[in-house]
Amino acid sequence: MSGTFVGMPAFPDAAREALADSQQRRNLHHATHTIRDKRARVVGEVGNWEELRVAGAEIKDRVLTHLDTYLEQLEESLTRAGATVHWARDAEEANRIVVELVRATGADEVVKVKSMATQEIELNDALEAAGIDAWETDLAELIVQLGHDLPSHILVPAIHRNRAEIREIFLREMGQVGTPAPDGLTSEPRELAEAARRHLREKFLRSRVAISGANFAVADSGTLVVVESEGNGRMCLTLPETLISVVGIEKVVPTLADLEVMLQLLPRSSTGERMNPYTSMWTGVTPGDGPQDVHVVLLDNGRTEALADELGRQALRCIRCSACLNVCPVYERVGGHSYGSVYPGPIGAVLNPLIRGTSTPVDKSLPYASSLCGACFDACPVRIQIPDLLVRLRTRVVDEKRGGIPSGEEIAMKGTAWMFAEAKRWERAQKGSELAGRALRRRDGLGRLPGPLSAWTDARDAPAPPEETFRSWWRRERGTDERA
Amino acid sequence: MRVALFATCFNDAMWPETPKAVVTVLERLGCTVEFPLGQTCCGQMLTNTGYAREALPLVERFADVFESYDAVVAPSGSCVGSVRHQHSGVARDCGRTDLAERVATGARKVYELSEFLVDVLGVTDVGARFPHRVTYHPTCHSLRMLRVGDKPLELLRAVRGIDLVELPGAEECCGFGGTFALKNADTSVAMGSDKARHVRETEAEVLVAGDNSCLAHIGGLLRRQRAGVRVMHLAEVLASTEADFARGQELGAEATR
Amino acid sequence: MSARDEILGRVRTALQDAPDSPPPAWTYGAGAAVADVPALFAERVEDYRATVQRVGAGQVADAVTEALGSAGTVVVPDGLPSEWLPDGLETVVDDGSLGAGDLDRIDAVVTGSAVGIAVTGTIVLDHGPGQGRRALSLVPDLHVCVVREADLVADVPEAVARLQSSIDAGRPLTWISGPSATSDIELQRVEGVHGPRTLRVLLVSEGP
Repeated sequence: MSGTFVGMPAFPDAAREALADSQQRRNLHHATHTIRDKRARVVGEVGNWEELRVAGAEIKDRVLTHLDTYLEQLEESLTRAGATVHWARDAEEANRIVVELVRATGADEVVKVKSMATQEIELNDALEAAGIDAWETDLAELIVQLGHDLPSHILVPAIHRNRAEIREIFLREMGQVGTPAPDGLTSEPRELAEAARRHLREKFLRSRVAISGANFAVADSGTLVVVESEGNGRMCLTLPETLISVVGIEKVVPTLADLEVMLQLLPRSSTGERMNPYTSMWTGVTPGDGPQDVHVVLLDNGRTEALADELGRQALRCIRCSACLNVCPVYERVGGHSYGSVYPGPIGAVLNPLIRGTSTPVDKSLPYASSLCGACFDACPVRIQIPDLLVRLRTRVVDEKRGGIPSGEEIAMKGTAWMFAEAKRWERAQKGSELAGRALRRRDGLGRLPGPLSAWTDARDAPAPPEETFRSWWRRERGTDERA
Repeated sequence: MRVALFATCFNDAMWPETPKAVVTVLERLGCTVEFPLGQTCCGQMLTNTGYAREALPLVERFADVFESYDAVVAPSGSCVGSVRHQHSGVARDCGRTDLAERVATGARKVYELSEFLVDVLGVTDVGARFPHRVTYHPTCHSLRMLRVGDKPLELLRAVRGIDLVELPGAEECCGFGGTFALKNADTSVAMGSDKARHVRETEAEVLVAGDNSCLAHIGGLLRRQRAGVRVMHLAEVLASTEADFARGQELGAEATR
Repeated sequence: MSARDEILGRVRTALQDAPDSPPPAWTYGAGAAVADVPALFAERVEDYRATVQRVGAGQVADAVTEALGSAGTVVVPDGLPSEWLPDGLETVVDDGSLGAGDLDRIDAVVTGSAVGIAVTGTIVLDHGPGQGRRALSLVPDLHVCVVREADLVADVPEAVARLQSSIDAGRPLTWISGPSATSDIELQRVEGVHGPRTLRVLLVSEGP
């Protein structure tokens, strides 16, 4: 696996390769089923869960339809609280801002809190190019970084790795960049976590600059919120002198009170806990406590594109819990890399085409990377209608292709539509299938078929058509219906 | 009550025993069933593949053909899901707000078979007999789009002689997904293989579901594996009676899917 | 055009035809029906593999001694009630001069807390007097946290409502639910990563 998602093949091609990785298949099956059960248990405890989901959706919708107002309010609150606010139109601009801020401190390294926004803009590459070491401090991010790997899950970016693989990565790589893994390290998760604690401790204690994202940004107070488990977030948000937070513009919520909904929805949906171990909230600069040089970079990077789409707007409700990934039967088998983005799974299949457009092979194929089973909607804490969004995006992909030389699919679909447009045409087509059925008499199923149908029959027998369709039977048994 | 049968194009052409079974069951329960010959297809495959424009005339045709009936019954959760959940959206997205409203109203009286039997007719025992070991797969669209819940199971539990066993991981998608089965054939087969494995674990001889499309997929895998498990639509199980067994026609004359 | 103006302009253009979304029809700050709040709080905190000891108001110092166990060096924030500390216990009182490295050499910290949430087993520190700056309750490996029953609420909404004044005062908040933990290896929860690996909660009742 290379270090970039650029140039990823279309989903079906990447998926074919991923499906053959038996180790990853087992790791993913185990992990997704574990988290599904945990989520189901703690969600089941909450009597008003459905009301909470509705409230979560309504809060986000309210913000999104007044986003300009809330962003201006957030900026004002942050500034009043002593933070400096920056705005970034795209990844390149955000990276430039962060690099300049780090350089201004004179530091040549930063510690990072797990952040989807900084993964999305590939900030680490920009920092590396500027000669700045970026240390990922979330355990899963550390595993991905040390393994020269790509994230494959929103919550647990190293979900595709099992304990034995993680042990090998730690033994091989930790010593290259700091405190080595202890001798005799086993693959017990407790020992692996201990190794990460030892490895990162010196980095936490000496780093002068930290970079984070934020789960929520409260407009009326300027409070940023980071929800985490390990304490690496608290370390980064507390110990350094300078804190730079890259925050997507959709992360804003109007008031602190809105967090009573979000903080019930997020942990239960995400890690399957009643509450995550640590949540940090800070409002600009607190004299004598924590970073005294605080910056917030508000990031667009395609979010306003999604905002402009009436249905697509819903996808910006996403609070990055990853419940949809964990319940997705496609994700469970294929894993995250095939989605060609830091946002994999069902939400990635809608978010990426909405934010990045549908020009690359992978982005064109993502809306089709779903059986539309609907498990994602049921799990989504903010009720994003992912299956409907996927269908809408499929329509966009098809419409963008119209006008050129028609594909085989387009010809087939138009032919189908023509046939079904008149009952007479459909009846004539049935005569053909009945003829085939008679020719195939006594064959109760078909083996391998040529052409595009081979995609079906490579692994599945196909049904042989019957000698008499239902319509013919009805006419024969019940006579014609003048309504026809 | 004037009840129309919407056979669905797939059942009409490929699985005629299923709509025949619907006619049998509904007539047994005293309904007069009509089959409007103007019907073709709900357009689901076109809509779900991104061809909303091509689906629009089929949305309108569906409304034209079925509008005058008191109830429309179809043996497919997926097609009923498309009519109820997608038709008005297709019309609206194509700029036909008039049609969107019309089809939204019409869609309210379109029922999947188990919904019609349990909710409208108020029946769970349809007088069927089916002395076989059976497991039931709730298809995604009946489960999560129509929310039919346990209705099919209530109907099956009332069948005489049936040995109904629970399917492990029942609520997980089988991987059919319409054109997904072709466009992402590898993933589709990976999902289907797990479903087929669960079916085999039950040691059932018949797998029952409310959608023949999903059954064609799972059944195609089971057949390729020579697993010795038949697939059968819920309607056909409900249509089976003592008399069928007396005539030796149990499981219908049709072949395995 | 500045990035700020351009982004806000894009937002306004994107929302031109968007229908308004009304404020959520949610009742904020509602109480939850919990029969025995302290008991549920204790049970839920222990679910995270933290320890909870219920003590009377006069027994805190003894309980602190016990909770500190063999900890050699102990730091306490300014403003911690003196009756919570055992006589003769040697402590470092934080005056803001201790660096991260200094704190790393300290074994334990004793703090108070602002709010406790029963349903989720959460303690919230607003880092006011007796709770210390954030680094204090983060770097030492053992955190002994005193929670008053009077500061308990049933569920998250009441907690958020109570904490509004802390936010208004510009204070940071740290929500703590058990010791630090990770589920990053095969989604299996393991307690003890970067934050304090041991959390001992003393739940103090009103009476003696």
